[in-house]
Amino acid sequence: MVNPRLMVWLKGLAAAAVLTVALGGTPSFARSGEEATHAEPGVEQETGVHDEKGLPQLNAKTFPSQIFWLALTFGTLYLLVAKVGLPRVGAVLEAREAKISGDLDKATQLKAETDAIVAAYEKAVAEARASAHKLLNETAVAADAAAAQRTADVAAGLAAKQKDAEARIEGQKQTALANVRAVAAEAAAAAVIKLAGVEPDQAGVDGAVDAALKERA
Amino acid sequence: MATDPLHQFRIEQIVPLHLAGHDVSFTNSSFYMVVAAVLVTALLTVGTAARALVPGRLQSVAELLYEFVAGIVRDNAGAEARPYFPLVFSVFAFVLFGNMIGMIPGTFTFTSHIIVTFALAAMVFVFVTIVAVIRHGFHFFSFFLPPGAPLALAPLLVLIEVISYLMRPVSLSIRLFANMMAGHTMLKVFAGFTITMIGALGAVGWLAGAVPVAINVALIGFEIMVAFLQAYVFTVLTCLYIRDAIELH
Repeated sequence: MVNPRLMVWLKGLAAAAVLTVALGGTPSFARSGEEATHAEPGVEQETGVHDEKGLPQLNAKTFPSQIFWLALTFGTLYLLVAKVGLPRVGAVLEAREAKISGDLDKATQLKAETDAIVAAYEKAVAEARASAHKLLNETAVAADAAAAQRTADVAAGLAAKQKDAEARIEGQKQTALANVRAVAAEAAAAAVIKLAGVEPDQAGVDGAVDAALKERA
Repeated sequence: MATDPLHQFRIEQIVPLHLAGHDVSFTNSSFYMVVAAVLVTALLTVGTAARALVPGRLQSVAELLYEFVAGIVRDNAGAEARPYFPLVFSVFAFVLFGNMIGMIPGTFTFTSHIIVTFALAAMVFVFVTIVAVIRHGFHFFSFFLPPGAPLALAPLLVLIEVISYLMRPVSLSIRLFANMMAGHTMLKVFAGFTITMIGALGAVGWLAGAVPVAINVALIGFEIMVAFLQAYVFTVLTCLYIRDAIELH
């Protein structure tokens, strides 16, 4: 890559070369210029009223002025553009570029942070859910066991009570049956007395009652 | 006189000036050169005065111009031509503003003068040749012999290549000058028709004279395009010459 300062020098050199060549003499242009001057000798600047014959572009008398001012204005423009104008525009464009890429970087970074936070949150939720599930299972198992135990206890208690009650009922039934026998015997004796007018012997009554009970049972 | 289509190209002296025996008077041509240079500089500096992140109108134009020329240099001259960007930008901006200022009625188009376009083209030519010699030294002269050409044809080929190389500034300058001059002359000729018709035909002339005016309206649009296009072509060719200087083949 060629040194930029060198390029400025070269540019100046080129402009100087052009100027020298043009001022030093351009035979072909000069000749046509002479023709123009012969046709209308030396009036172009004095009055501006006379119409020039031929193309004004070929009037070589105007060449030095045009080249001089071109070199001056273009050279100045080049220096201003290269030293002031373009660096300024370039700086603005670069600043915008930097700002945009900076913002993009920041956005990417923030997104990464957000993603990490979301991931951590989701992990925590999953862990909490898992532990809650585990706790729920354990509690359910323990509750089931306790319920089964209590059911079994209650069932055993009920069975025992039922047995007691059945035994008591049986006892009372026997007592009641015994009482029925005595009452039946008395009633039979009283009925015999009333019907026959004879007092039956105790043994005969008992035997009859037993026989009747046996038939019923 | 007013209807002479070439009158618009006349150099009018504003401030007489002599330097080392040469007439370097400040003329209408010089004036619009200064105007063009000032406008370009103002666009770049005033436009970026705010250095806004979101550009305003003027800053947008400045940025657009910058990126447009940067694109031309990148596409046509390659990435290595980056140091020459200011020169290419100056050429494009100067020619474009010169052409566009000329589209304003009553102004002078300095790019319609062969000496101006030739001086610009010659500057480009000399600059490009110096760049090529500095980059490649003696090897630069191999540019004039296309690679792979039979050696028997070398004298002829070198002659043709040298001539075509030397013709570069000529074609470059004549293309711009001829386009600008032809366009402005044509506009003036059509405008002259209207004036002639009105002078010769009276009331009918006013009616018939509207036709060249309508043609001129279309032509002015066309000429604005040409004004841009010729600045673009001049710049693209400059970039292609720079690429040749950098790459040789």
